[in-house]
Amino acid sequence: MSKVEAIRSFAELEDLHGVLVERRQGERPRISVCTGTGCVACGATKVVETFKKILDEKGLSDSVELKSTGCHGFCEMGPLVTLGPSGYFYPSVRPGDVQKIIERTVLEGEIVEELLYKDPQTGEKVEHEAEVPFYKHQQRIILAENGHLDPNDLEDFIAIGGYKALAHTLGSMSPDEVVDSVTRSGLAGRGGAGFLTGRKWDIARRQPGEPKYIVCNADEGDPGAYMDRSILEGNPHRVIEGMGIGAYAIGARQGFIYVRHEYPLAVERITKAIDDARSACLLGEEILGTGFSFDLKVVRGAGAFVCGEETALIASLEGHKGEPRQRPPFPAESGFQGKPTIINNVETWANVPHIINNGPDWYAAYGSKDSKGTKIFSLVGKVNNTGLVEVPMGTSIRSIVFDIGGGIPKGKAFKAVQTGGPAGGCLPAELLDLPIDFEALQEAGTIMGSGGLIVMDEDTCMVDVARYFTKFLEEESCGKCYSCRKGTQRMRELLDDICEGRGTMAHLDLLEELGQAVNTASMCGLGQNAATPMLSTLRYFRNEYIEHIKDHNCSAGVCTALIRYKILEDLCDGCAACAKVCPVEAITGEKDQLHVIDIEACVKCGTCLEVCAKDAVVVISGGGE
Amino acid sequence: MSYMNISLTINGLHVDVPEGTSILEAAQTYGINIPTLCHLDGLSSYGACRLCIVEIGPAENPKVVSSCTYRCEEGMEVRTHTKRILDTRKIILELMVCSTPGSKTIQDLASAHGVIQTRFRPENEDCILCGLCVRMCAEQMMAGAIAFAGRGPDRHITTPFDELSELCRHCGGCMHVCPACMYRCMGPKADTTLCSACLNLSPSCVEVYDQQQCWMPPSCGTCVRPEGNYLPATGLIIEEEKATE
Amino acid sequence: MEQPVCGEFTFLTGKGMSAMVSSNASSASVVEESTVPGTDLGAVDNILEQHQHDSTELIAILLDVQDVLGYLSPLALTHISEHLSAPLTEIYGIATFFKQFRLDPPGRHQFTVCTGTACHVRGAVHVVDEFERRLGICAGETTPDLEYGLETVNCIGACALGPVVIIDGDYVGQMSAMKVPRLLRRLERDREEAAE
Repeated sequence: MSKVEAIRSFAELEDLHGVLVERRQGERPRISVCTGTGCVACGATKVVETFKKILDEKGLSDSVELKSTGCHGFCEMGPLVTLGPSGYFYPSVRPGDVQKIIERTVLEGEIVEELLYKDPQTGEKVEHEAEVPFYKHQQRIILAENGHLDPNDLEDFIAIGGYKALAHTLGSMSPDEVVDSVTRSGLAGRGGAGFLTGRKWDIARRQPGEPKYIVCNADEGDPGAYMDRSILEGNPHRVIEGMGIGAYAIGARQGFIYVRHEYPLAVERITKAIDDARSACLLGEEILGTGFSFDLKVVRGAGAFVCGEETALIASLEGHKGEPRQRPPFPAESGFQGKPTIINNVETWANVPHIINNGPDWYAAYGSKDSKGTKIFSLVGKVNNTGLVEVPMGTSIRSIVFDIGGGIPKGKAFKAVQTGGPAGGCLPAELLDLPIDFEALQEAGTIMGSGGLIVMDEDTCMVDVARYFTKFLEEESCGKCYSCRKGTQRMRELLDDICEGRGTMAHLDLLEELGQAVNTASMCGLGQNAATPMLSTLRYFRNEYIEHIKDHNCSAGVCTALIRYKILEDLCDGCAACAKVCPVEAITGEKDQLHVIDIEACVKCGTCLEVCAKDAVVVISGGGE
Repeated sequence: MSYMNISLTINGLHVDVPEGTSILEAAQTYGINIPTLCHLDGLSSYGACRLCIVEIGPAENPKVVSSCTYRCEEGMEVRTHTKRILDTRKIILELMVCSTPGSKTIQDLASAHGVIQTRFRPENEDCILCGLCVRMCAEQMMAGAIAFAGRGPDRHITTPFDELSELCRHCGGCMHVCPACMYRCMGPKADTTLCSACLNLSPSCVEVYDQQQCWMPPSCGTCVRPEGNYLPATGLIIEEEKATE
Repeated sequence: MEQPVCGEFTFLTGKGMSAMVSSNASSASVVEESTVPGTDLGAVDNILEQHQHDSTELIAILLDVQDVLGYLSPLALTHISEHLSAPLTEIYGIATFFKQFRLDPPGRHQFTVCTGTACHVRGAVHVVDEFERRLGICAGETTPDLEYGLETVNCIGACALGPVVIIDGDYVGQMSAMKVPRLLRRLERDREEAAE
């Protein structure tokens, strides 16, 4: 990895691209290890170190290329290792496997059978990444690049044709043409609202104010969604390139990337990428030797969900509290420092270079009638293959959860999928064939949001889910609007009542009435959707609420006030494992005799259920056994 | 060009106002009462209490905004008292009465809006975080001794580190504008948060026309209650009535 | 073991702030200034310098100061206010608005439990409960000896591994209530070894 010198013309970029492609055609054996946050948490750093150590020991460090890439998306199976040129794919690699991989695959070219991915459904072993069912059903435009790139290496990015779109834009397109292309592609904001990106740019471009600003919203606050983080960590230059094109289109000279402080790796990588791009003359003064200048600055968010809202984000950019303000004026008219400001999220920016490279019609060919292109979803929760999924808009939920996600673990039944983050809603099994696009989701009473798909199974209590999100929104509400601050608090209290067995049927009516009022009266996107999680679960899972109220029964066994644990007489063999781990010493019994849980002392943490090898511990709710 | 250069309709009434006027100010100018607790002439608009919400845009696809912070736009349609708006205000007032029962201003507004039951667990908060005191202190008294701190449920008005501020001159301006502590309501008993002194019914015109029809006290008479009282559009008038009684 | 009562250690949180200030001030006169946490104003000056005393960079300044001092001490906040000519009310408002900012000294070992949705449906609540029980503190508090701090965070984006706990910057995935005691024992052992 060497530093890229300043590139002062389009021809120089073209030449460098040629040189880099040629150099890479040598086809040295290559080892790529995913070092996204997911894989790092699984121990990818150790794996990379071990590879390095063993390669050094064997004197192979020059002849074998070791590469740390960005997130591949299949985070469940991390750390992921792919080998070139063979393309063999090993998931869940441990440092102990490294020796084997180098000796057998890298040097001999054979497959290490026991490390291959095994399809849990068919039991077949899969050799190549693309054949893994998780990837096979996807349409990866943006995520595909992550696996080939070392995010810290600008040369890598240029080798795959990076910054070509920016050069093309600066060299042979007028700002009007860029806006027109983006509009015709049908690209809509990937942050949730689904406003047409091209139209937004057009508004800002026509505004008289100077200077203009562009912002990349990487304040990915939706719990359960992490595609923006993965893009920033895995392919930061794509975002920079997209922002360069956007800046040229609307006439901005300064941009900001607003990243959550909770994403330290993303901050580090994007900061490095900006420095590299600047010294390579792809950012800063006179980009690629043209008269166009544009620079970027990374701004860290300090932890506030509401800062994902445009006006709150701007307030926080300006060094104020992240409180939203009334729109209009919209940021495209009056944003940062009162100047026209375009805010798009990471995924939106990353799409822009692809649209320029391949043309708007190519992009518009993906997706459904009204929602174009692909969308990245983070498929998490109670699903076999968790990770990042990129599919064309309009793909059905069933296809994502079952074909790509591999269904629900342990043979449990699918209950619901939650979309759109905390301000979104839950969709039941009846709507599994719903195509995911902006319109269909809205009709079903939820939103696209930034693309979190949280799968819930029969062990998930929908009342508890509603309470969880309401509590989340209560804590994340900025507190300015009375309706939102007090409304979320009261909704949460009512849901607490239901979860703890104090609910009445009047609670449901009041919840509905209050929910409508909160959504009506509040000002920003957070408040206007603050009741959506509760209302959508009430709409599709009303029976579960009624069960909690009338029978004091939480059939999922989640609401601690309504459940108790019991040890089954005929299954318990008296191994005392449960008694040993019980944090409150509520389990008693002689060795090899039946053990008993003291219901009064039990804190219902579920540890006994987890340790019991005989499955003798069960959860009982309501009157039933 | 005329000074009154923006024309719009409020409840079907044609209205001309100068550019930059908020919907609330426009409505007030034309005698249409929109309730509010966080707006005061002379202080900047804030939009915290959400009582002044109105519907704008076409009736089939309306947008709800706070009228104190939304500026009048040419050709805009505003509806200030539709059923949806009145129902929402009623719930907000119910929330307020349950949390801050000791304020006469809030009790009166609740009565005037037909809040006849309180269904939330009673609380005894004094502050509704309308922010009038913060703005009074900063904008009129030029002190800036108090401000909002915390977020969401922890939001409160305080001085830094909850210590006595050197900037505070003890002028009392904050208390003077406070809707919660200026007039105390002694009505509510310990077991109920709603003051029963100002019994109320919903005006019949809202049920019939989906919109309140009368604006001036004494009103048209369709809303005459069994006791023979009228229902004015805001609770402030009730206060006056009480004062004269 | 008894359930902890939240706010038991109020002298470390919010309301007891004035007590903190005075204890800081009095101890500062006895101990070398920079050894008392949160009093190293030289470091604060450096950070202000790096940001050119630009008040629009306030949030970045506060983040950097917290990285160096461990938390935002009243002394540091007052100092920043004086040097940026930004009102202290505003700075205090920001410091209490964003979740990242800490107005109390952190524990030497900081546990951050992710309570994002994916972690929640996989039982993060039990992990938090278990930490609270074992440490005798509530989320957001620090043990009185300042050894352990416990906090929750709304999603760190490692959803595939949930429930996730960050311990002094390291991610530990697939946590459960059962694994908590083991984890604490390991830290306790390390601590004893370090002491020897």
